[in-house]
Amino acid sequence: MSNYKEMAIAKALNAGLQKAMAADEKVLMFGEDVAELGGVFRVTEGLHAEFGQQRIFNTPIAESAIVGTAIGLAMRGYRPVVEIQFDGFVFPAFNQITSQLAKLTYRSEGSLQMPVVIRIPYGGGIGAVEHHSESPEAYFAHTAGLRIVSPSNPNDAYWMMQQAIESPDPVIMLEPKRRYWQKGPVNLDTAPLPLHNARLMREGSQVTLLAYGPMVTAALQAAEIGAEEGKSIEVIDLRSISPIDYPTIMASVKKTSRAVIVHEAPTNVSVSSEIAARISHEAFYHLEAPVIRVGGFDTPYPPAKLEEVYLPDADRILEAIDRSLDY
Amino acid sequence: MLQLLAADGTYGVPKGYEIYGKIIEGLDEETLKTFYRDMARIRRFDIEATALQRQGQLGLWVPAIGQEGAQIGSGYGVGNKDHIFPSYREHGVALTHGVELMSILKMMRGVNHGGWDPNETRFHHYAIVLATQVLHAVGYAMGVKLDGKVGTGNKEEDLAVISYLGDGATAEGDVSESLLFAAVNESPIVFFIQNNQWAISSHIDTQTKAPLYTRGEGFGVPGMRIDGNDVLACYAATQHHMDNARAGEGPFLLEALTYRIGAHTTSDDPSKYRGDEEVENWKAKDPIKRFEIFLRRQGIKDDFFEEVKVAGDDLAKDIREQTFALENPPLENIFNHVYSDEHPEIDKQRAWLKAYEAQMGDHE
Repeated sequence: MSNYKEMAIAKALNAGLQKAMAADEKVLMFGEDVAELGGVFRVTEGLHAEFGQQRIFNTPIAESAIVGTAIGLAMRGYRPVVEIQFDGFVFPAFNQITSQLAKLTYRSEGSLQMPVVIRIPYGGGIGAVEHHSESPEAYFAHTAGLRIVSPSNPNDAYWMMQQAIESPDPVIMLEPKRRYWQKGPVNLDTAPLPLHNARLMREGSQVTLLAYGPMVTAALQAAEIGAEEGKSIEVIDLRSISPIDYPTIMASVKKTSRAVIVHEAPTNVSVSSEIAARISHEAFYHLEAPVIRVGGFDTPYPPAKLEEVYLPDADRILEAIDRSLDY
Repeated sequence: MLQLLAADGTYGVPKGYEIYGKIIEGLDEETLKTFYRDMARIRRFDIEATALQRQGQLGLWVPAIGQEGAQIGSGYGVGNKDHIFPSYREHGVALTHGVELMSILKMMRGVNHGGWDPNETRFHHYAIVLATQVLHAVGYAMGVKLDGKVGTGNKEEDLAVISYLGDGATAEGDVSESLLFAAVNESPIVFFIQNNQWAISSHIDTQTKAPLYTRGEGFGVPGMRIDGNDVLACYAATQHHMDNARAGEGPFLLEALTYRIGAHTTSDDPSKYRGDEEVENWKAKDPIKRFEIFLRRQGIKDDFFEEVKVAGDDLAKDIREQTFALENPPLENIFNHVYSDEHPEIDKQRAWLKAYEAQMGDHE
């Protein structure tokens, strides 16, 4: 019998981090306001009191240095976990992430490993001001050497945090900030899946609905409503954006013959662009409809009073599913 | 400015700098000869590498002629447990820490991107994107401090970090952030700026209004200017401030004022942006020439200088032969070490290329 505990996603991330820090004294946590305050979303709450200033500390407000020094600490044998306070603040660190962190193992022909986790509260839906609601995953997914994951529920949050810290490679952990307070059971004994596996969330026969991070909740809602209307929608939580678990996707699409992909990010040159291309290649003869994508518009993220329109929701997803089924 | 050896080879300790003079006066003849031998060696290497590039054997060469005093002096001032984070022109520093010179040529030829193990040499990889390495150095120094390897008083245990950077790189934001992080963490690090006065075609006046040795002050990092063409000043200052860093006195900044006699790289044409007179003026302050005068005054005889010259020619011949014999890397190196852990997409592409190559046959 496994031991379960009800937790919100933020608390599950906190518990996963706590467990990793307790298990390995080389795990460090640092960033802006992560110490006594516990971060602006309280994901690191209580860790400073438990582990002290050496293990978890506030840094000056300088994102390039947060990532750049994490690289140096990894070279020294540490496993740094750093927090970028908001998705829109990651860009000063873009150079260190893409030209250094991602490439140092390759440059050194394996002499150096880069077990660095970059935690980023991610996505929209919280009524925030500009630069607090971004979905920058495609920039990073394009860069070889990085791994990118996004948990959609507390159990994954708890385990994926620990798995990301164990990884010898750099992992960007996109934490769906508007779901931080969403609760669910956490299995405290057994990891559900390896870090980069997708999960079948709901079985269906007519169309495959692919989502990750904050959009998984919306996808499940759409499937629920669709079921009431007699539509059988299979929902897959990708969990990992780089690498993507294509075998799981293809098995489902070959079964349903239809695919709809949903994310908050603009659809232009996005994660869904890549998945659509891959489906058209690997499941071409199985398709009954073109792959349809539901995402943010190809605009800057709008002011908060417009974000409910900008962000995909169950209705927009169902509209896309109807189009797919009509082919 | 700390200068112990004037351009005419005269040794003298300026008032207030006695602590540095004392370090030099404690050196034996063999060490002084090593300084000379390595400065001459790396210059000969540099000339040969430029020739190899001109003959199409290297994709690029980054000459360091004129900067041998700064590099050999500071390189030997670094302790045998300390870690070194270079920019991309520190061939002399590499030499002082056992990096195979051929591995630098391999990188410039395009055989690999790095080519040595920084865990063994403690000399990290060249950083092509300016100033990125300075933050890595600070992070490493933060780790050294977390490990408790600073200020214990145990010389076998303590270590510090040195980060090299050029005058051009100081303009990058990463340098300001590095100074700040090192200061607030009281990290055991020395920032060693080689101010060679030219960032490709841009004069130092483009990069800074205030002297670079003052750059750290606002961050809480004290600094000092040294004569970068004086191998003794560079050695003494590096050794002293690395000792201080190891002892837990926090970060320090050294600006070694030197001059890039050659081009920025073999793709550059300095005649378009600076006059011969300036170059000639700096050639008169050459670090090797002045040190030779000093050594001769110390009683070192012709046979030593002759021996160094012959060794340089042997080295040139050797690296030339080795460069011509270099083989291209295996194709699978495209895919190796992109990740440490397994990655299905990389594996798939590796397998695809292998099958494609087999199908296409030998296309040499």
